Amino acid sequence: MLAEIGQIALMIALLLSFVQAWTGLHGAHIQDRRAISVASRSAIAQAILCVLAFGLLATAFVQSDFSLKLVTANSHTTKPMIYKFSGTWANHEGSMLLWVMIMALFGAAMVWMGKTLPAGLRSRALGVQGLVGAGFLAFLIFTSNPFERLPVVPNNGIGLNPLLQDPGLALHPPFLYLGYVGFSVAFSFAVAALIEGRVDAMWARWVRPWVLLAWSFLTIGIVLGSVWAYYELGWGGWWFWDPVENVSFMPWLAGTALLHSTLVAQTRGSFMRWTLLLAITTFSLSLVGTFIVRSGILTSVHAFAVDPERGKYLLWLLGVSTGGALLLYAIRSGRIAHGAPFRMASREAGLVLNNILLVVATATVFLGTAYPLIIDAMTGDKITVGPPYFEYTFAPIMSLLIIFMAVAPLMKWRTDTFARIGKVLAIIAVLGVMAALATAVFGKVFLGAIGVGLAVWLAAGTFASYAKKLRIGESKSEASNLLKRFALLPGAAHGFALAHLGMAVTTFGIVAMGVWSNENVDRIKLDETVSVSGYDFTLQNVSSSQGENFVAETGKIIISKGERVIGSLNPEQRIYPVEQNSTTEGAMDISATRILYAAKGEGTPEQGWVVRVYYHPFVIWIWIGAMMMAFGGFVSLADRRFGFVTKPKRVVIPDAVPAE
Amino acid sequence: MQNTSLWTRLVPIAIFLVIAGFFAYGLQRDPSKIPTELIDRPMPDFELPGLRKGEGVLTDENLLGETSLVNVFGSWCVACLQEHPTLMRLSETTNVNIIGVNWRDKRSDALVWLDKHGDPYSKIIYDATSELAIELGVTGAPETFVVDAQGRIRFKQVGPITEQVFTETLAPVLDAIAAEREPEA
Repeated sequence: MLAEIGQIALMIALLLSFVQAWTGLHGAHIQDRRAISVASRSAIAQAILCVLAFGLLATAFVQSDFSLKLVTANSHTTKPMIYKFSGTWANHEGSMLLWVMIMALFGAAMVWMGKTLPAGLRSRALGVQGLVGAGFLAFLIFTSNPFERLPVVPNNGIGLNPLLQDPGLALHPPFLYLGYVGFSVAFSFAVAALIEGRVDAMWARWVRPWVLLAWSFLTIGIVLGSVWAYYELGWGGWWFWDPVENVSFMPWLAGTALLHSTLVAQTRGSFMRWTLLLAITTFSLSLVGTFIVRSGILTSVHAFAVDPERGKYLLWLLGVSTGGALLLYAIRSGRIAHGAPFRMASREAGLVLNNILLVVATATVFLGTAYPLIIDAMTGDKITVGPPYFEYTFAPIMSLLIIFMAVAPLMKWRTDTFARIGKVLAIIAVLGVMAALATAVFGKVFLGAIGVGLAVWLAAGTFASYAKKLRIGESKSEASNLLKRFALLPGAAHGFALAHLGMAVTTFGIVAMGVWSNENVDRIKLDETVSVSGYDFTLQNVSSSQGENFVAETGKIIISKGERVIGSLNPEQRIYPVEQNSTTEGAMDISATRILYAAKGEGTPEQGWVVRVYYHPFVIWIWIGAMMMAFGGFVSLADRRFGFVTKPKRVVIPDAVPAE
Repeated sequence: MQNTSLWTRLVPIAIFLVIAGFFAYGLQRDPSKIPTELIDRPMPDFELPGLRKGEGVLTDENLLGETSLVNVFGSWCVACLQEHPTLMRLSETTNVNIIGVNWRDKRSDALVWLDKHGDPYSKIIYDATSELAIELGVTGAPETFVVDAQGRIRFKQVGPITEQVFTETLAPVLDAIAAEREPEA
């Protein structure tokens, strides 16, 4: 019964999304306030219905209702409760329901947060959001019904792959979708602006918080995926340039460009067309990602059941939304005025470079991901593009980006000279070069030296900009009220510093991992040692214990550096006598500057055991830096200029809808 | 910036249409179909080291005499981990011969991966430089080829082998090959 209610809720939500689209777009056109308020109410009702449907599906999973096909295929009574719950979205149908629910919630948030917007713009944006939402609801209901019943109710379910039962992986999709779907708001606002044929700095100011929100969530989603891949998959791998990873990275890169172009748009009223184009592109790349993963077009990597029909539907959805938006762009963007001019030495110029480099980076990842498909289409050859392609093309682009990232924030808007910031530039350059030289001398690595130099350059540049914003060192009398100035500084300034510093931290982590990570393997007996990068791993004893259906052989390994004992690890080997099979559970010692990892294989006291040891310097910094970026995004959101946190001043807008 | 003409403004949608065209082509092409030139053709000649200690050098002749699943995998591959439990079950509960092609991997990473998740393979070909993978037209991992006792490629499965894929797709192919051999026996 509950499943049927869920199904009906989705169908009503679909109807409401059409109502929202029609009243939103047409209502704004004929300036009918009642129609416009119907659009708002539809958006809210639709969100409630989608949450209800999602809640009902989650209930079915938690209660192990095996009359539902989806629950049977993906759950089991013995599964821990948290994975029963996360099992709701660990499959194609459930994850699309999660997508649809998040999309509807964003629609409702647009109503709620958008009260200060011009009624026409808000109404049109809601209409577009309704249209895209209808596309996904129809996709869910007609090709991927999560509430399908089984004719015969089985006693138990098939279960979820135990490797996917992981807290990081359970949280990964919700964050990823909050990012992907969050960009739909920017898309809807862009299309609404194109329909109106008018954009201004205020438009950018309304859109920017949504972009920040989506971008921050997407960043967290990507970090969760990377951490999971690190400890579950590869020893030393934290990013694999796998197409599934790439499709989440492309909207991130484009979204980062959008984040910066809206900054120019809201401050200077420039880059308007470009910002519109980026808003369309970013959400389109989210759609492309969904299409690639769900259609099986690059099947090798998909994690969901392939169904060409779904692929066809999603391609239509992509074609109509992106194609429609870009056609509208071609027709209408001519009306949009160009922004204020700026000099080559100015913050705008720096942000132009930022945008060019990020778009080139996006295109590079796109080409590398789609290349096998393109070549197959043109020549019929089957080829593969490996990580080397990405490493060779991506690293130089990012290095250039980092160089400008330190400089641009130091510059003034519109017009500036390099002479003015020459002294600061010289200082941060000296710091960067010193770090590089130190790395080259002590680390004896050329590429590592460049990388470390860049990270320090960026960190120093960011500190310099932040200090300037806080007016540190400008006059002595001001030193006393530094705290006050810190509190008065807009959230965006704190967010900027956090995010850019985060980028420096991530860069350092990536470079350190790329250059200094090390591993060793040896067959050792008791009290013998295997070493890696100056750390000695001594096998002290091996003990056996009986597990549920396996025998565990646990090694005790003492880690020491020189004379100093650092810690001990207990890697385990599990032997399953029935299956004549064994697995190993490695053990890690984690500190701020490195992860030490040891795994013990088969062996006997006479012959010794195979022990593998790994040294991963600063790998955690990669994720800490990325989390700083995400956190920076949230801090920027707290900027009072957006009115997200404090109540905005009521601006009298002539055609505003009275609040319900 | 100059005032842009309509043609310039059409550039984004033109690029999009080209991309969408490739996607549409990609959908039409059934990715699980092997290139026609490979159907019923012998496995390409190869001579590659074995992954595990003591496996020596493996060649295409090692595939003769028994129907086998040749499974391309790597420790870096998420979807391989997804199909791994099925491969483990097949190696434990059936007599299907599974041969691994460890692709674009570091030997030590692959060995740890197998230690950690179990090893369903009777032989593992170590193909770090894509020598065999390119001959086989592998586009990604995992991919699995059904090779009969005469060393001919009979089927190619792209993407992970789940229990469902095995029962619905691979098992019938294996049964058909087994049925061919019976009259001879």
